[in-house]
Amino acid sequence: MLEIKNLHARIVDDGTEIIRGLNLTVKAGEVAAIMGPNGSGKSTLSYILAGREDYEVTEGDILYNDQSILEMDPAERATAGIFLAFQYPMEIPGVATMEFLKVAMNEQRKARGEEPLKVPEFLKRVKEAAALLNMDMNMLKRPLNVGFSGGEKKRAEILQMKLLEPKLCVLDETDSGLDIDALKIVADGVNALRSPERAIVVITHYQRLLEHIVPDSVHVLYKGQVIKSGDKSLALDLETNGYAGVIGEAA
Amino acid sequence: MPAVQETIDRVRKIDVDQYKYGFQTEIEMDKAPKGLSEDIIRLISEKKGEPDWMLEWRLGAFRRWLTLEEPTWARVRYPKIDFQDIHYYAAPKSTPGPTSLSEVDPELLKVYEKLGIPLKEQEILAGVQKTEESELEEANDNVYKSGRVAVDAVFDSVSVVTTFKKELAQAGVIFCSISEAIREHPELVQKYLGSVVPTTDNFYATLNSAVFTDGSFVFVPKGVRCPMELSTYFRINEKNTGQFERTLIIAEEGAYVSYLEGCTAPQRDENQLHAAVVELIALDDAEIKYSTVQNWYPGDAEGKGGVYNFVTKRGDCRGDRSKISWTQVETGSAITWKYPSCILRGDDSSGEFYSIAVSNGYQQVDSGTKMIHLGQNTSSRIISKGIAAGFSQNTYRGQVSAHRKAANARNFTNCDSLLIGDQCGAHTVPYMEAKNSTAQFEHEATTSKISEDQKFYVMQRGIPEEEAIALIVNGFVKDVIQQLPMEFAVEAQKLIGISLEGSVG
Repeated sequence: MLEIKNLHARIVDDGTEIIRGLNLTVKAGEVAAIMGPNGSGKSTLSYILAGREDYEVTEGDILYNDQSILEMDPAERATAGIFLAFQYPMEIPGVATMEFLKVAMNEQRKARGEEPLKVPEFLKRVKEAAALLNMDMNMLKRPLNVGFSGGEKKRAEILQMKLLEPKLCVLDETDSGLDIDALKIVADGVNALRSPERAIVVITHYQRLLEHIVPDSVHVLYKGQVIKSGDKSLALDLETNGYAGVIGEAA
Repeated sequence: MPAVQETIDRVRKIDVDQYKYGFQTEIEMDKAPKGLSEDIIRLISEKKGEPDWMLEWRLGAFRRWLTLEEPTWARVRYPKIDFQDIHYYAAPKSTPGPTSLSEVDPELLKVYEKLGIPLKEQEILAGVQKTEESELEEANDNVYKSGRVAVDAVFDSVSVVTTFKKELAQAGVIFCSISEAIREHPELVQKYLGSVVPTTDNFYATLNSAVFTDGSFVFVPKGVRCPMELSTYFRINEKNTGQFERTLIIAEEGAYVSYLEGCTAPQRDENQLHAAVVELIALDDAEIKYSTVQNWYPGDAEGKGGVYNFVTKRGDCRGDRSKISWTQVETGSAITWKYPSCILRGDDSSGEFYSIAVSNGYQQVDSGTKMIHLGQNTSSRIISKGIAAGFSQNTYRGQVSAHRKAANARNFTNCDSLLIGDQCGAHTVPYMEAKNSTAQFEHEATTSKISEDQKFYVMQRGIPEEEAIALIVNGFVKDVIQQLPMEFAVEAQKLIGISLEGSVG
């Protein structure tokens, strides 16, 4: 489903190269964890997948369902089924969460040539998804992410992910700022989305999240490259021995 | 909310730089020759069948105007206006004074149809159905009630049709063109005209007093709550024609009225002049809500053409516990010079000003309000949202003053500016003056830019760039949109979306 080939990318503003020859393949149905120390390029990778303009791909390619997505803007990628759960979701003042959900869902439907959702159907879906994430419907009347706690923001991200039904989910440090109860709710929400048609990329700094979202593969990112790949036991190794060992091996 | 979706749909249908209301209509016109003189004023007065006192009033204003100089303090730049190169009177030939829709030139009706103005009463009667969407809309704090609107339509210099007259008359409400009011209700006009904005007030108001051609008149008698929204649509059609409308609204003791004006003009290379005066008078316990959706032609992408909009609007809270509320959505005009104000004369009176000013292309907006606290325990509230895009300049200019006797005067001012792109400017110029030590004034101001982070986030959910901006902007102006009569809130949101068309990239 996702194939990243020899990707090189830099920051447009100052030319700093962040991704330096990254290779990664994630199949449909797979949950892949990307781990790595701070500054290894994890968040940058998520932004580049989603099409952020601050980064420029200088070499290599990103294939999504065998098609290059490099020429697509963020909205087109989203419509094609790529979803990014942000580490720091943005506040959108004056736009009720509910309203935002409706616009986003209907925009995507429109791009696919489908009719907008009828209101009762929309409400039904939102209510169901919110209940699963233990979210109060009153919260959805508030402007998106404005004044939300860290946990509420992350839950709102997963709610959007659930409702937009993406094919490729990228979760950027979704565990940061969550207490254990919230972490569990969010992880359950993600696990409920696991399916043979969907790939999930979990970017995380710690093993903790992977106890709840058990990955099929684990990849260690360092200086803009995947330096080691393995199964879930690799994450446990890292937890015990730190990144130093893996980095030493690669060097 | 459906409105956002509609904004998006509407924006999509329009080519860049295409002003939707830019068509012009070939209608046989009765026009005064160009230029301004006592003879022209006599001609206007005669065409209108005005009594002598009205003519004298006009001539007095004209003589005063000859001694005045154009003000230059606003942050707007434009070439000098040649006041002798303008027609001061233009009327569709088939009127004077249609009494029903069937007597109106069908070409004219077509114009209003294109503008989407619901002149046909049956359409208005249909109202808006409350549907299953209500639950969602409640979630968005935006429940649309069904409602009816009485409309007065002004084409260049004359009012062509006023709807719902009979029903309003039954309630005792007078809603007609100002020309008709001068003929039919001279005692009311004489008593109130110029009592808020005197003929000596300022350059443009004085000019308007001399040459005003039409406008609306509303009188709501004691204790009456006007049974429907009142609305006037103004349109400048003729070339080189100035539009000088005059509106006078009086709410007697305990009366209530909500009034909305809308404006459009054809797309022309020359600049058109619009100088209106609006006077509101609220007696004891009366309330007037005045909303404007101003969409005069803003000029093309290079800044050529567009309407010069120099407007004096002022409300007088003459009675105790009276209230006047101004809401404006300003998206049009090349130059906007406009400060709807409140004189808080009565004790416990209150004034409000809610404004959204959107500027794009080379538009220049200098707008704001004045809150003059004279009575005791008076309060005022100012919420201004300026949105600048393209190469435009957007200035909020406001004055809040408490006079010596205005004990416990209170004001809250909030001015937010939003910049789209890096070629535009936003400016805030607040004046505050308290001559009474018990006055409490608060002022908040912010300027922000739609951040790339926000835009990226919204787009990542599958919302294309222009729609993403429209969504963020609609969120930004929500506080003010909520102040508009329900029927027009959706319209205003669409308009803002259209105005920002092409502001991206």
